[in-house]
Amino acid sequence: MKVGAARVLALAAIAILAAAPLWAAEFTITLLNYIGIYALVALGVVLLTGVAGLTSFGQAAFVGIGAYATGWLTTVHGASPWLGLLLALGVTGAVATLLGAVTLRLGGHFLPLGTIAWGLSLYFLFGNIDALGGHNGMTGLPPISIGSISLEPDGAVFYVIWGALAIATILIANLLESRQGRAIRSLRGGAVMVESLGISVFRIRLVTFVLAALLAAVSGWLYAHTSRFVSPAPFDVRMGIEYLFMAILGGSGYILGAVIGAALLTLLQNALQDIVPHFTSNGSQIEVIVFAVIYVLALQFARGGVMPFVLRYLPRGPKPAIAHAEPLPRRTLPQAGSPLLAVEGLVKRFGGLEAVSHVGFEVRAGEIVGLIGPNGAGKSTVFNLITGALASDDGRITFLDADITGAGQRRIAAAGIARTFQHVKLRASMSLIDNVLLGTYLRTRSGLLRAALRLDRAEEARARSEAFLQLERVGLGANPYDQAGNLPLGRQRILEVARALAADPALIVLDEPAAGLSRPDKLALAQLLRALREEGVTVLLVEHDMEFVMGLVDRVVVMDFGCKLVEGPPAAVRADPRVQEAYLGSVA
Amino acid sequence: MTPDIGLILGIDGVATGSIYVLVGLGLVLIFSVTRIVFVPFGDIVAFSALTLASMQLGRMPGTVYLVATLALVACLVVAVHHWRRGEPRRIVRGVLGYGALPLIPAAIAWLLAGTSLPEWAQIPLAIALVVPIGPLIERIALRPIADASVLLLLVVSVALTFGLSGLGLLFFGPEGFRTKPLTNEVFRFGAVIVTSQTLLMVASAAVFSLLLFLFFEHTLPGKALRATAINRLGARIVGIRPGSTATLAFLLASLLGAISGILIGPVTTLYYDSGFIIGLKAFVGAIIGGLVSYPGTAVGAILVGLLESFASFWNSALKEVAVFSLLIPVMLWRSLSLARVDEEDAEIEG
Amino acid sequence: MRPLLEIADLRVAYGKVEAVRGVSIAMEPGQIVTVIGPNGAGKTTLLAAAAGLLRSRGKVVYDGHDLGRLDVEERVERGFCLVPESRELFGDMTVADNLLLGAYARRRNGTEVKESLQHVYGRFPRLAERRRQKAQTLSGGERQMLALGRALMARPRLLLLDEPSLGLAPLMVREILRIVASLRELGVSILLVEQNARAALETADYGYVLETGEITNQGPAAVLAKDARVVATYLGGSA
Repeated sequence: MKVGAARVLALAAIAILAAAPLWAAEFTITLLNYIGIYALVALGVVLLTGVAGLTSFGQAAFVGIGAYATGWLTTVHGASPWLGLLLALGVTGAVATLLGAVTLRLGGHFLPLGTIAWGLSLYFLFGNIDALGGHNGMTGLPPISIGSISLEPDGAVFYVIWGALAIATILIANLLESRQGRAIRSLRGGAVMVESLGISVFRIRLVTFVLAALLAAVSGWLYAHTSRFVSPAPFDVRMGIEYLFMAILGGSGYILGAVIGAALLTLLQNALQDIVPHFTSNGSQIEVIVFAVIYVLALQFARGGVMPFVLRYLPRGPKPAIAHAEPLPRRTLPQAGSPLLAVEGLVKRFGGLEAVSHVGFEVRAGEIVGLIGPNGAGKSTVFNLITGALASDDGRITFLDADITGAGQRRIAAAGIARTFQHVKLRASMSLIDNVLLGTYLRTRSGLLRAALRLDRAEEARARSEAFLQLERVGLGANPYDQAGNLPLGRQRILEVARALAADPALIVLDEPAAGLSRPDKLALAQLLRALREEGVTVLLVEHDMEFVMGLVDRVVVMDFGCKLVEGPPAAVRADPRVQEAYLGSVA
Repeated sequence: MTPDIGLILGIDGVATGSIYVLVGLGLVLIFSVTRIVFVPFGDIVAFSALTLASMQLGRMPGTVYLVATLALVACLVVAVHHWRRGEPRRIVRGVLGYGALPLIPAAIAWLLAGTSLPEWAQIPLAIALVVPIGPLIERIALRPIADASVLLLLVVSVALTFGLSGLGLLFFGPEGFRTKPLTNEVFRFGAVIVTSQTLLMVASAAVFSLLLFLFFEHTLPGKALRATAINRLGARIVGIRPGSTATLAFLLASLLGAISGILIGPVTTLYYDSGFIIGLKAFVGAIIGGLVSYPGTAVGAILVGLLESFASFWNSALKEVAVFSLLIPVMLWRSLSLARVDEEDAEIEG
Repeated sequence: MRPLLEIADLRVAYGKVEAVRGVSIAMEPGQIVTVIGPNGAGKTTLLAAAAGLLRSRGKVVYDGHDLGRLDVEERVERGFCLVPESRELFGDMTVADNLLLGAYARRRNGTEVKESLQHVYGRFPRLAERRRQKAQTLSGGERQMLALGRALMARPRLLLLDEPSLGLAPLMVREILRIVASLRELGVSILLVEQNARAALETADYGYVLETGEITNQGPAAVLAKDARVVATYLGGSA
C-alpha cells in the first residue's frame, strides 16, 4: 500500500468517525462514547505500562476519584461541570503523586501488586463514604454545557469525548518524541543505564504515573457527566484489569493501541452479550469466562497485540533527513596533563569477598589509560565505583578537584564522566539516533509542557544535529533510524560510545568497547579514540584484546584478584613476569 | 474496648489468621518454586467451601464439570506437547496423571449426585474434587509460558482469576453459602469462650505447617522442591525437572487451599467471588514474609487476621481498606530490604 | 574405541552474533580434554550449549547417541553432567543435602546413593567435616569441592567443568586440579574449560585453543604448553 493511499484512507476514516452522530444509530453513538471514554484511560495505561514498563492494575481507581470529585462538586454544591473537571484533575493529581511516590519505589512484581492494593482500598472507600452516596452512588449529575448549550444528547457529548481523546493523543504523541518522552521510553530495560545519563528514574516514573492518572481523571469526569450517575461499581480492580487488557490487546507500546484495544474489547463484550443468550441462559457468566480464556490465549500467543500486526502492512514513509543546526554548547576541557581523575585506596566488598582491594591510580587529562587483568580481577567493579553505579566501602575518588566518592550516577554524569557498559545497555527498540539523543539529556532543558505543545522544536533540532554528528563520527551515520536491536553486538558497543560522546564528557569510561568487533572496526575505533585524545577528551578503558590495548594506550594499569598489580607503559607491562603469570596462570 | 472484648477479638483474629496462614503457605510454596504469583489460589479456597456446601444441600457441585473440562484440556495439551517432541510414550503417562486421576473423584461425585453422602465422606470427596484444579491450571495455562517474566505470569494469573470466578458464578449462583459447622462443642477458659471450630482452625494451621516443614527437611521430593526454589538452574543440572516440581508444588498448595476452604466454610458466608479477597489478604501475610519465608508468612498471616478482627470492631465496612492499606508500607519495607540488583525490567511482550 | 563425545561443527548464536562458530571436539573415554582461551572466547557458551542449556546448531554425539533435543535433566540421567562456572549450589541447604540432591537422577537406588555419598566424603574430607553446614558458609575452594562432589554423586561418565579455578587462590587451584586429575581413576572422562592455561595443560591429556568462537590450535597438552602461539593468544603480540 502506498503512503499516499494510506493517508487518504486514514483521513477518510477520521471523517467518517467525526460524522458519526449524523449517520449512526443512537445505540452506536452510545457505544462509541464509551469506547472513547475507555480509550482515554487505556491511553494512560499505554503510556504507563506499554512505554514506561510500569504495570498498574489500579487505573480504574483514578477514574473513580475523578468521577466522584466532579460528582460531589456538581451535585452537593451545584457547581458547573467545568469546575468539576478542575477539581477532578486536582484531587487525582494529588492522590497520584502521593501514591506514586510510595508505590514506584517498589521493584519488580511488587509494583503491580501494590497497585492492586490501593485500587482495592480506594474502591472500598468509595462504597463506604456516605457523603458520596455509599453503595448506591450519586445520581442526577448535570450534563456538560458550553455556555447555554447543554451537551446532553449522546451525539453532542460524542464530540467532547472524542475531541478530548484526540487532543490527549496528540499531546502524548508530541511528548513521546521529545527529550522527556525519550526519557520515559528509556525506562524499560533497567535503571542503571538511565541514571548513568543523568536522568532521574524515580522522577520520570512519577511524572508518567501522574500523567496516566490525569488521563484517567478526565475519563472519569466524562463518564460522570455522560451517564450522569456515579457508583463504585465501575471503579473496582476488575475494571482496572480490563483497562490493562485493552492496552495489551491493542498493542501496549503504541498510542493507537489504546483506541484499538478499547474498541475491540467493548465491541467484543457487546457481541458476546448478543450471541451468548442464544446458547445458554447463563449469559453474563459465560461472557466473563470467554473473556478470561481469550485473555489467557492472547497472552500466550499474541502478547504484542494488534498494532504490530497492523504496522507490518502499513507503508513506512521516508523519514526526514537530519538537518544541521547550531551545535549545543560545549564544555571547556581541562588542560592536557592536568590531574583529572584520582582513585585512592578503593575498597569494595561483596559478602566476605574483597572484590576491589585498596586500588589506587591516576588519570591525567588528555591521556588514554587502559585497565587490564584476567577474568574476575575486579575491573568492571572499579568502573562501577568510579561512575557511581556502586558505592565503595572505603577509599576516595576525585574528579576535577571535586570529591565524587559516593556520589550517585547522575551527579557523576553531570560532573562530566560518560560511560559505556560491559554488557551493552541500550534500548533495542529505539532507533540509533534516539539512543544517542539520550546522551544529550543533560545538555538540554525542555520540559513536559513545552514538549506536548511542540514549543521545544528549536532545541530538539540542535540536539538531533549533535546526535547525528556523533553517529557519523563512529561510522553509524548511514541509517540513523534503524532499530538499535538490529545491529550486531560489536556495533551496538560503538553506538554506546556515540551516546557517551553525545554527553560532551571530559572523561569517557569504556568497558570492553572492542569486544565482538571485526578487525577493521577495531582499527576504526582505535582511530576514533586517538582523535578524541587530540581534542582533549580523556579515555579510560577496560579491554581484553591485548593487541588493541597495547597499541593504543599511553599507560596500562594491571589488576588481579582485586588488587593493582603493576602500572606503566604497555611494553614494560607486557614483559613483566608477574603480568604473564596473572594471565596465563601459574602452577604453584 | 474492654480487655474481654479485646481477648475475644484477639482469638477471632488468630482463628481467621490461621486460615490465612494455610493460604499464605500455599501462595509462597507456589511462588518460591515457580515464580508465579498465583492469584486464583483464593478461588480454589472458595470453591472448596462451595463444593462442600453444594454437597450438603444434596446437589451435585458444578466443580465436577470444571474438573472434567480441565482434565480433558490438559490431556490434549500434554498429548500435543509430547507428540511434537517425538515422545509418544510419555503421552500415556501424561494422560493418566492429568486425565484419569482427576476424573476419579469427579466421576464419584457425579455418580453420587443427589444422594446424601454421610458427612464424614463429603469432606474428603470435596477436597479430592478441588485439589486437581491447581495442577491442571498450571499445566494448561502456565507451563507453556513458564519461562516468561514474573510480570507476564502475574497478568495471566489475574486473567485466570477472572475466569474462575465467572465459573464460580455459573456453577454456584450468586447466593452465599455457609457449610455446616464441623464441630459444635464449646470450651470455656475462665470468662473466655472458645469454640472447637476455632481450635480446629488454629490446630490445622499448626499441624500442616509442621507437616510442610517435615516434608521439606526430611523427604527427597521436599528437598528437591526447596532446591528448585533456591536455585532453578542448579536443580536442573542435577536432574530435577522444573515441570515435576511445579506440579508437586501446585498439588500441595491446592491441598492446603482445599483444607482452608473446608475450615473457613462454616465460619463465613462465601460467595462465588469471595476467593479473590481471601487470596489477597493471605497475600498480605505472605508479603510480610517476603514471599520466601514460611515462618514469616505465618506471622504475617496472623497479624493480618488480628488487624482485620480489630478493624472490623471499629468499622466493619472499612476493614478491607485497613488490611489493604497495610499492604503498601509492608511492601515498601520488603522491597527496600531485599537486595536490589538492577533488574532488566520485565516486559509483558516477553 | 568409539569416542565418548563428538562435538561436530557446533554453532551458538546470541541474536545475530555468533559466539561459537563451528567448533569440533572429540574425546575418548578416560581422557581429560581441556579447552583454553582468553576471556570472551566463547568457552562458557560452548559448554552451556553442549550441556543443553543453550540452543545450538551442529551435533553433540555422546556415546553414539545424538543428544539433539534432550533436556539438561535427561542428559544428567545418562551420565552427562555439567558443573557451571557459577557452581549453582543450593546455598541455603546443607552440604549433605546438596550432595544428596546430586544423586537425584539415581534416587531409586537408595543403597548405591548412600555408597556414593560415603565415597565422596572420603575423597573430600573437608566436606565430610562440614556436612551439616550450609553451603553458602563454605569458602571458595570448599564450594568448588562441593560442586564437584555433587556432580560425582550422579555417577557421571562425562563431566563438563567450567573454569573450576575461577576465583580461587593459587594453592587452591592446584588442589582442585589435582582432584580433577584423580577423577580419571573413577572412569570419569572430563571436558575442562579453563582460563588458567598453564594449570589446565598440566592436568589434561589433550587441549584445544578457542579464540573468538573458533578453534585456532589443538594438540597434546604437553606440546601445546610449550607453544609460543598460546602465550600470544593471552597477551597479544609476541611475549
